[in-house]
Amino acid sequence: MFNLSLQQIGDALRAKKISSVELAQLYLDRINALNPKLNAYITLQPETTLAQAQAADVRLATGKADVLTGIPFAQKDIFCAKGWLTTCGSKMLHNFVSPYDAHVITQFNNAGAVNLGKTNMDEFAMGSSNETSHYGSVKNPWDTARVPGGSSGGTAAAVAARLCAAATGTDTGGSIRQPAALCGISGIKPTYGTVSRYGMIAFASSLDQAGPMARSAEDCALMLNVMTGFDERDSTSLQRDKEDYTRDLAKPLNGLRIGLPKEFFAEGLSDDVAQAVEAAIAEYKKLGATVVEISLPNTKLSIPVYYVLAPAEASSNLSRFDGVRYGYRAPDYTDLADMYEKSRAQGFGEEVKRRIMIGTYVLSHGYYDAYYLQAQKIRRLIAQDFTEAFKHCDVIMGPTSPSTAFKLGEKGDDPVQMYLSDIYTIAVNLAGLPGMSIPCGFGENNMPVGLQIIGNYFDEARMLNVAHKYQLATDWHSRAPQII
Amino acid sequence: MTWEIVIGLEVHTQLSTNTKIFSGASTAFGAEPNTQADAVSIALPGVLPVLNKGAVERAIKFGLAVGAHIAPRSVFARKNYFYPDLPKGYQISQFDLPVVGQGALTIQVEPLSGNAKPYEKIVRITRAHLEEDAGKSVHGSTQSMTGIDLNRAGTPLLEIVSEPDMSSAAEAVAYAKTLHSLVRWIGICDGNMQEGSFRCDVNVSVRRPGEPLGTRREIKNLNSFKFMQQAIDYEVQWQIDTLESGGKIQQATILFNPDTGETKSMRSKEDAHDYRYFPDPDLLPLDISEEWKEQVRATLPELPIDRKLRFMAQKDEEYRKQLRHDVTVAFNRVIYGLSEYDANLLVANKEVGDYLDACASIVGSSNAKLCANWILGEVSAQLNRDVLDMMQCPISAQQLGGMLMRIIDGTISNSGAKEVFRTMWTEGGEADAIIEAKGLKQVSDSGAIEKIVDDILAANAEKVAEYRSGKDKLFGFFVGAAMKASQGKANPAQLNDILKKKLTG
Repeated sequence: MFNLSLQQIGDALRAKKISSVELAQLYLDRINALNPKLNAYITLQPETTLAQAQAADVRLATGKADVLTGIPFAQKDIFCAKGWLTTCGSKMLHNFVSPYDAHVITQFNNAGAVNLGKTNMDEFAMGSSNETSHYGSVKNPWDTARVPGGSSGGTAAAVAARLCAAATGTDTGGSIRQPAALCGISGIKPTYGTVSRYGMIAFASSLDQAGPMARSAEDCALMLNVMTGFDERDSTSLQRDKEDYTRDLAKPLNGLRIGLPKEFFAEGLSDDVAQAVEAAIAEYKKLGATVVEISLPNTKLSIPVYYVLAPAEASSNLSRFDGVRYGYRAPDYTDLADMYEKSRAQGFGEEVKRRIMIGTYVLSHGYYDAYYLQAQKIRRLIAQDFTEAFKHCDVIMGPTSPSTAFKLGEKGDDPVQMYLSDIYTIAVNLAGLPGMSIPCGFGENNMPVGLQIIGNYFDEARMLNVAHKYQLATDWHSRAPQII
Repeated sequence: MTWEIVIGLEVHTQLSTNTKIFSGASTAFGAEPNTQADAVSIALPGVLPVLNKGAVERAIKFGLAVGAHIAPRSVFARKNYFYPDLPKGYQISQFDLPVVGQGALTIQVEPLSGNAKPYEKIVRITRAHLEEDAGKSVHGSTQSMTGIDLNRAGTPLLEIVSEPDMSSAAEAVAYAKTLHSLVRWIGICDGNMQEGSFRCDVNVSVRRPGEPLGTRREIKNLNSFKFMQQAIDYEVQWQIDTLESGGKIQQATILFNPDTGETKSMRSKEDAHDYRYFPDPDLLPLDISEEWKEQVRATLPELPIDRKLRFMAQKDEEYRKQLRHDVTVAFNRVIYGLSEYDANLLVANKEVGDYLDACASIVGSSNAKLCANWILGEVSAQLNRDVLDMMQCPISAQQLGGMLMRIIDGTISNSGAKEVFRTMWTEGGEADAIIEAKGLKQVSDSGAIEKIVDDILAANAEKVAEYRSGKDKLFGFFVGAAMKASQGKANPAQLNDILKKKLTG
């Protein structure tokens, strides 16, 4: 049951082979058994879950079920969900029960999907290892001594360990793709503006984008069909016709031009990852694709640019967490300024405070031009690199992460080392392009390796096609960690 | 040695939209605290701003009304600072790319001192930008605690910034009054100063003639023209005294205390915030197409400056030549040929001029002067006495026009008209009915008047002889006596004619 695709689960539900309530209970039991080892979930509300499953069963009985009706998903704890504790991985929101639904949650609810719980994440999505969560680090199901990646680490671990049928993530600098790679699952960050950000707690507004994380590209496509669409409540949401992301899944790959950026295969990439990615490219050639070398010359600048722009936006986005209206307020304070200082000093973790400091600094009078404006200019150059590259290829491929999952605590003391693990993913966010990671083998210590697929704007259907054909030809995506 | 005063204004006008600038919450004034604070107003995690088009259209309207450049692309920026009534920790405003660029406003200045004559001045407008209002901190409502009311948070504001073109309190007040009238005139702001819909910050500095600008101090949040006047007078004197006694002016933000009539420093430049402005990534740049601008232009009423021209114009062709075609839309183009003095009074607010137009449409433009006299005379006096504004005038323009028609056609005399007017004011009703009921119709039958005159002359033979021997002043005596005999109803013009003829006769 836990290895079935979303289509298969939906078919079983619609054929009444199993009820949504039974299915949800199976998953809740499994979560009870395994989550203590993984810490993938922050919040479970079984009554809410089962009530939703009951409603889904009613809908299934009337024959008005959609593709995802009755299927149990997990939601990253960055999405506000009515009646659910919504912490964003932070002590600051330890008591925040959302009075409203994020657009993504509404879309899943309208589809009749069931919410199993809220998954763990780096605090305010700031991190690449899930170690910055106030609710404890998440363990990688392939080796619980290792990190699952971040910031959507709880989702990645939950999907890999079959603690949900599939789940949502968000990606600001690689937060869907990197944990997907490190946990051996598939995840796609769509083109910026494709999925509404309404109700998704903001980290860096111009980079944040929600997307699906699942066991296959096909599952991702079905979820994207539900998650995307124009939303007038998000001014950056794009007004486009609704599309069916499964429409091109089966297309042959003959003539597909794959661009390999030389900067992605240079110093810093570990051998085991390089080998797995090269083997995947070889497989694509067998499927009829051709390969061209391309260049993304500003790749190296993407990290410094990102660590100016993302903290700048974050420093402002996180100002609303002041202890005045909701969330954490320090128990003792002398006056207003003291209340602000203590509430924020105690409510935010180290990494969040570091980024607020950086962001405040780069926006300050006298530094704005040198940092923020300069970074914006380079951001445009980075986007131009991709525009140039896509003149020569249909998709770009390379590693998602320079290494496989590292050990818990290994990079904790060195933020720059941690930031470098996002070297291949960050430029995609800066350009607003869609990016995906799919499993393509195993490296040293038998840890999963992710293949990154970058598409042109709005080319998600082609990327999913490219990923799906590979998954038909290989079985990396259906390997499961020992823990199950 | 004399001092030159330099004044510039920043005015926050609350735009009259039903909903907030970035959410659908109501902007109505006076509701229970926090009942108009939706998820966006409270700044819940994850909520996003969506721009209210109505606020943008009001900004465009203002820009067009002051002949300003409307930016085809402007940008919303975040102004970051912490305050409990600022729920997001930043205010969404516009910084280096505002929606309205340079424009100008013509003002009529009434000097306060002595015999100086009123004069006209053009004040340049630097810019106007859209932003959201903050909430309110409510002190003292709960013991030792401060309450936060977020009903006002997110109310749309247009901040209008002038050049430092004013050189006296009188000019600053005239500018503020003209602006206040204009924003109400074009329907973008209710102008209610008690409710904070129109708030003025005044930048004041002084200098010796010919020297560079002095250091300015900013008087914040003046919400009455009287206070503005007092605050500027006090501040100017304080700055002059400080400089003349060898002191220096420090840049500062100051508050005016109406109870003491003094200004007091709130914070100095050293305490100034670093607002860390940057473009708001949650909002797209605001693009205003030519087409949108033209659609808004078509909704503009006739502007005060155009209306004044029309009220004064003597000849149609000349008036048309003078019209500013960039702001002129289809409206009633009847010209009246009034004096500049009358025209200024009649365009001081829109309702008065509307009333004149409605009245003149009944009596004809050639009788517009009569309408104007009545409006600026009896109507204004009664409104003042009853503390009413034009909108609350108990006599409609149609009623007044109906009465004026009876003056014009000779049915009633001026004094009869005054009685009709008084009755209309207190009891209502149409002129004809009142004239009938009160028997105010004047006698215009020449036979009847001749008879009265003959009787008077016969009864006063001596005086007739005196008159005929050169005592012209006695004419008034005969008029009075005849009028009395007619119970005030004789048509005065006719009576004059007949009397003259018979006395000389």
